[in-house]
Amino acid sequence: MRGPDVSRAGAGGARPGRDATTGEHAGRRRRGRGERAMVPEAEFSSYYGRPILNRPRWKPLDIAGYLYLGGLAGASSLLAAGAHVTDRPALARTAKLGAAGAISLSLAALVHDLGRPARFVNMLRVFKPTSPMNIGSWLLAAYAPLTVVAAATDAAGRYRLTGAAATASAAVLGPAVATYTAVLLSDTAVPSWHEGYREMPFVFAGSAATAAAGLALACTPPGRSGPARRMAVLGAALELGAFRVMKRRMGQAAEPFAEGRPQTLVRASEILTAGGAALAGYAGGRGRAPAAVAGTALLAGSAALRFGVFHAGVVSAEDPRYTVVPQRERLDARSRSGDPGPEGPRS
Amino acid sequence: MTDGTWGGADRTVADGGLLSGPEPDVARAAGYPDAPQRVGFFTDTSVCIGCKACEVACKEWNAIPEDGLELTGMSYDNTQGLGGSTWRHVAFIEQRKPLGGQEPGTGQDTVDVFAAARDLGVTPSAPGPGATSPGPGCGEAPAGAPSGEISPVAPDGRSELRWLMSSDVCKHCTHAACLDVCPTGSLFRTEFGTVVVQEDICNGCGYCVPACPYGVIDQRPDDGRAWKCTLCYDRLGVGMEPACAKACPTRSIQFGPLDELRERAAARVAQLHAAGVTDARLYGEDPQDGVGGDGAFFLLLDQPEVYGLPPDPVVTTRDLPAMWRHAATAAASLAALAVVSFARRSR
Repeated sequence: MRGPDVSRAGAGGARPGRDATTGEHAGRRRRGRGERAMVPEAEFSSYYGRPILNRPRWKPLDIAGYLYLGGLAGASSLLAAGAHVTDRPALARTAKLGAAGAISLSLAALVHDLGRPARFVNMLRVFKPTSPMNIGSWLLAAYAPLTVVAAATDAAGRYRLTGAAATASAAVLGPAVATYTAVLLSDTAVPSWHEGYREMPFVFAGSAATAAAGLALACTPPGRSGPARRMAVLGAALELGAFRVMKRRMGQAAEPFAEGRPQTLVRASEILTAGGAALAGYAGGRGRAPAAVAGTALLAGSAALRFGVFHAGVVSAEDPRYTVVPQRERLDARSRSGDPGPEGPRS
Repeated sequence: MTDGTWGGADRTVADGGLLSGPEPDVARAAGYPDAPQRVGFFTDTSVCIGCKACEVACKEWNAIPEDGLELTGMSYDNTQGLGGSTWRHVAFIEQRKPLGGQEPGTGQDTVDVFAAARDLGVTPSAPGPGATSPGPGCGEAPAGAPSGEISPVAPDGRSELRWLMSSDVCKHCTHAACLDVCPTGSLFRTEFGTVVVQEDICNGCGYCVPACPYGVIDQRPDDGRAWKCTLCYDRLGVGMEPACAKACPTRSIQFGPLDELRERAAARVAQLHAAGVTDARLYGEDPQDGVGGDGAFFLLLDQPEVYGLPPDPVVTTRDLPAMWRHAATAAASLAALAVVSFARRSR
């Protein structure tokens, strides 16, 4: 029988990368130049280097865009309500229109991503707190009409009481709309999403604030955007701080943030957000041009963050190391400590 | 279809039983007062011969479309992994490793297979071509096998090849993340304790795909909906066993009440250990594990990750209450941030 010696690659049985040298150390090493290891390189076994998880089938533009626009809308509703109460009509107008426009686009992106868009309303056939997407659908079903009413009454200048009620209600739901998307990502088996479940809502909250502030800065006369400038600075501090804490606590699952496309996006986000906030804080009130530049930078920075987080998750799902190594370490630690956890007594 | 929601049982979320931890009666917890016994699979990979009859039977019975015909070079595995149109997948692993401490007579007190082989007239030292007609099932020794005197293990341990085969399938977890996160209620718990997608409800949101810690469920690209093993729900309903178990020629795939399968599996492991196959271990049968035990569990001959299985999977919804708490705090922080932004009267 000559089978083992002949393969498509030729004779000799040499099939580089196809040899399941399991039991030995078959883990791939994928490390670019100039990257520093956050945790020591761990060796692990895998099945021909294939991922354990099925990669998320979500289209990046749809779902990362959905996360971004949801945040932009949610925080804009807060700005709108604040401006409404403190009598800043220009800021209120921008924020109300921004919230309504962003959430409409966000809903469109969500529906577009469905495998069966015509069945979108099936989202509302149950109420299910274990499904962040279900809760999100209910949230959007309540929130989106409120933002539209708030924007329409403001634009029309009529039904002021209805408009005020809608603005206030949207501001109540807005923060939830901006932060639940972190739960949406975290409630998966994807290592770089799940492991950040404690801090990601704060990262997204900060990112939502910077995006809404950016929109307000870019579209409001500079003299009237004081609260937006402060929101930009506070939001940037929250976003950058929480993101740093998140990466530190994630351990190995933070590595995808430090390589390839996620790294580019996250770094761009940090520079744009920090730069935009600094510019907004210093010069945002002194002219149209600095405010517009700062606002655009903040909007772009917030978008880059969501895309970076999205892609980092996809990277972590596509490489078995992020699934296997932490779980193997957990098992080994358990067997060392004598805890008869899963596999302990048998293997 | 109350499974996955937080009500409907005489326990609270705080107990953890509904989202993680042991759950002795999963169908009852899902709202079936008089559920039949929970059923599942015990896949004993030590007797799997890699015939793929399970894959074929599954495809035929469930009318699953073809999903790619390609040669991978991964031993005999051209199926590659579970997905929307692959509900059984036979893994093939070639290892330079002896199959346990095999010695003539070990575990077989009455039969000496090597003596029996000699009686057939085949001399191990010179099995020249055409010397004798080998008995049924006896081919020439593989290239890597020891020639001459049959020795159990070569001193360097690299002279023998073992070929592991394992038929993978949906685990029908006690705490199924796919089911918990499904926003439409399309995924549901059956009266048999299994997890099934209702294809007329699924709207293709794709949330179940990254939620599954095993990489089982997936979307069909052309169809948009999510699909996975139903444990032949249609056959169970009329008292038949699933197609794959029916087709399995070696009883590697055993179907039955889960309690009975667990007893059988424990006995089989003890038997293999007594025979010197110390590698044998069970995977997924422990109700204390991260998913509350699998409805389909396995006897493996190496670490789970070697077969492409996660070593210590944890249902992501175990952390969901904490996720919602963090998101609520973050939402409150965002609202506070907005209030602070408006606190000082400025222009």
